Amino acid sequence: MDLENNQAGHKLLKEYNYDLGAIDKGYTDRTLYINVGNHEIKEKPVTPLMKDKFIGGKGFGLYYLWQAVTESTKWNDPENEIIISSGPIGGITQYPGSGKSLVVTLSPLTNMPIDSNAGGYFGPFLKFVGFDALELQGKADKDVIIFIDGKKGTITLEEAAPGGNLDTHILGEQLTEKYAENEEDKRNIAVISTGTAAEHTNIGLLNFTFYDVRRKGIRLKQAGRGGIGTVFRDKHIKAVVIKCPGVKGNLNHPVDQLTLNKTGIKLHKEIHDLDNSQNRMRKIGTANIIEVMDQYDLLPTHNYKFGAHKDTFKISSDVFISKVTQNSPDGCWHGCSMACAKAADQFELKTGPYKGQKVTIDGPEYENAAGLGSNCGIFDPDAILELNFYCDTYGIDTISYATLTAFVMECYENGILNKERTGGLELTFGNTEASFELIHQMSKGVGFGKIAGMGIRKMKAFFAKEYGADPQFLFDIGMEQKGLEFSEYLPKESLAQQGGYGLTNKGPQHDEAWLIFMDMVNNQIPTFEDKAEALHYYPMFRTWFGLNGLCKLPWNDIAPADNKLTDEPAKIPEHVQNYVDIYNAVTGNAIDKYELIRQSERVYNFQRIFNIRMGYGKRVHDKLPYRAMGPVTVEEYESRHERYDKQLNELLNYDTTGKSTAEKIKVMRAYRESQYEKLTDAVYKRRGWTMDGVPTVERLRDLGMDLPELLEVVNKHV
Amino acid sequence: MKLLTKNESLCIGCGECEEVCSKTYFKETNREKSCIQVEDKKITVCNQCGECMDICSVAAISRDKYGVVRINKKVCVGCFMCVGFCPELAMKMQGDLLEPFKCIACGQCAKICPTHAIYSSEEA
Repeated sequence: MDLENNQAGHKLLKEYNYDLGAIDKGYTDRTLYINVGNHEIKEKPVTPLMKDKFIGGKGFGLYYLWQAVTESTKWNDPENEIIISSGPIGGITQYPGSGKSLVVTLSPLTNMPIDSNAGGYFGPFLKFVGFDALELQGKADKDVIIFIDGKKGTITLEEAAPGGNLDTHILGEQLTEKYAENEEDKRNIAVISTGTAAEHTNIGLLNFTFYDVRRKGIRLKQAGRGGIGTVFRDKHIKAVVIKCPGVKGNLNHPVDQLTLNKTGIKLHKEIHDLDNSQNRMRKIGTANIIEVMDQYDLLPTHNYKFGAHKDTFKISSDVFISKVTQNSPDGCWHGCSMACAKAADQFELKTGPYKGQKVTIDGPEYENAAGLGSNCGIFDPDAILELNFYCDTYGIDTISYATLTAFVMECYENGILNKERTGGLELTFGNTEASFELIHQMSKGVGFGKIAGMGIRKMKAFFAKEYGADPQFLFDIGMEQKGLEFSEYLPKESLAQQGGYGLTNKGPQHDEAWLIFMDMVNNQIPTFEDKAEALHYYPMFRTWFGLNGLCKLPWNDIAPADNKLTDEPAKIPEHVQNYVDIYNAVTGNAIDKYELIRQSERVYNFQRIFNIRMGYGKRVHDKLPYRAMGPVTVEEYESRHERYDKQLNELLNYDTTGKSTAEKIKVMRAYRESQYEKLTDAVYKRRGWTMDGVPTVERLRDLGMDLPELLEVVNKHV
Repeated sequence: MKLLTKNESLCIGCGECEEVCSKTYFKETNREKSCIQVEDKKITVCNQCGECMDICSVAAISRDKYGVVRINKKVCVGCFMCVGFCPELAMKMQGDLLEPFKCIACGQCAKICPTHAIYSSEEA
């Protein structure tokens, strides 16, 4: 029976009361399941198997998603789930970067599991109010709001009042106001929601709020990749709101508080002493590398054709430093002294439905500046900030938006698109107005914005079918793999980073590996075996952050003063030991740095097999568009002709004298593609996979992951 | 502004200040729990500069009407960023305490110091 809620306009569909429980050694030992379709709400125990083999975070997400779906489940089937989990370390307040939420779902872009992580307070709060993970399943008829009240121990599923604004900078603020008891209580509220464009595109993201007590307003962090917001809206979830009774430094009930305190303070001091001379994360966050990327010819420019541009100085880090508010403790969870979550305040919007409003813009992060900026030929910092704002509030992934916009711009300049096909949008590189119009169209689900919002993979098929475009050319320049748009690094001149993008579980992102500097700049991994070792170790090491509710940045965006003197500086050995120490201090386990990698390997292989189960995840799916590997066009080759000619001469003993650019491109392509194949062989071998990319039974046994459901899949493919 | 000032050349390293501080603050004799620290006649104590106030993400640290920088333990989430960022290394963490602690310029140590190596003063 439906009950009328006494809160105006909201109809209560279900109320569920629960015992708040206790947290022990980083776990509540319980998860929460909510079906928005049939209104079922229940608690589930966390089993020893889950903790031993999957740890938490995305491990739990993948574990639950496996149970929820079959090999034929599609992203928009009600069975698909969105799972949010932090992890055993998540929520400690002493060590920088310990508040991440890991989100897992079947992606509308890749049709297989995606995991994406976000800052903000939701993940830790979820644990503090009693749950190691939240599963959202089903599909509601009308928009619903879920409210988890961790003060009272109640969960309500409410039908949202019709109308109202979906865009996060408005909705997040409204819900924070509504569910907080007073100004002081706002810091105890966290909201997950998306925005209007998530409904009309496949690149929807989830915004995670946290309340900024200084700005007296919400801030946003994003689980951006893979279209999770699209799934969220497909389920007709308007928002999930959580209220936590308050935060203290021991809520995880760790076994060794002192080690957490000491290890945290050690890193705080390191950041205090060294950040300004290293990466300036506290001043400008990840955007510190814009000009560095340009300098090394790695800044994606004009849809990854080039790696630098004469106008990069206009969007350099110093320009953004002057635009974001300085000296503010901008951590996206308590205790993050790296404080990279910068924001531009009192920014007056110049376009769109909120034109004239003064807003706080979270960002820009490097990816946004490089993607929305140089990759689209846009070198106007205010335009980048405003596009960043609209991506966030409309609920779309800045990276996918940027990369697909760069793609359509190149298609436009090549005549595949024209004004007639774009409904009047002149999508040339550098046309800022066209990018704004495109994003506003996505918000409304109209015009060419609706086509672009499908993502590059679907656009390629559409352009080939509808406009007779050459599928090979589209494949070469469309910077997606597995259906996911590339993040914003030019991997063309770094074979290891091609592997870092290509030989991944979820598509070309930089969560799994980022090896450009090790490979190309520092030449630390010259052989295939070296590269394969790096493409084993780093993806596994980075996976571990996602199992534990941690952020990657405090691992290597700051380094101890004596790091260069260590055996393996790229690994930042002291920080690896910090992670081992804080994991053991929370959980009471006694892992070492080797077991840390094995913990990741179990989940990484599970995810690979999950992909295979869904019909993907094999060698054929690890192929890259050639734009990621080398020069596709004459223009690209000639922009670096000296380098390419030299390589042809030295590596292949190929005499370039009198050869046309087209001939040289062909020879270069054959060479680079063969290099990638050799790299693939080496990496699969190192990871314990067959040459078709399938984890072997032996490897699974060795890892203790020879679970019957995994063997069943693997045995069909080996 | 009320604060503790030091003249290290007068310090004889007797440790009386540490003892009275931990007794006053924590009701126990434990130099680890003293807000003032003396090591080789080097005195480490808060000079009320207030840099920690800007570091604190939950605004738990503020200056009171006497100009003394104080921590609101109810609001503090125990991140210890203020400890790592204190330019004087005078913000303290000890053992399993969940919040940091610091000198509040109460003056007990100045009263007991036999050489006037530390004394309460007012600064504009």
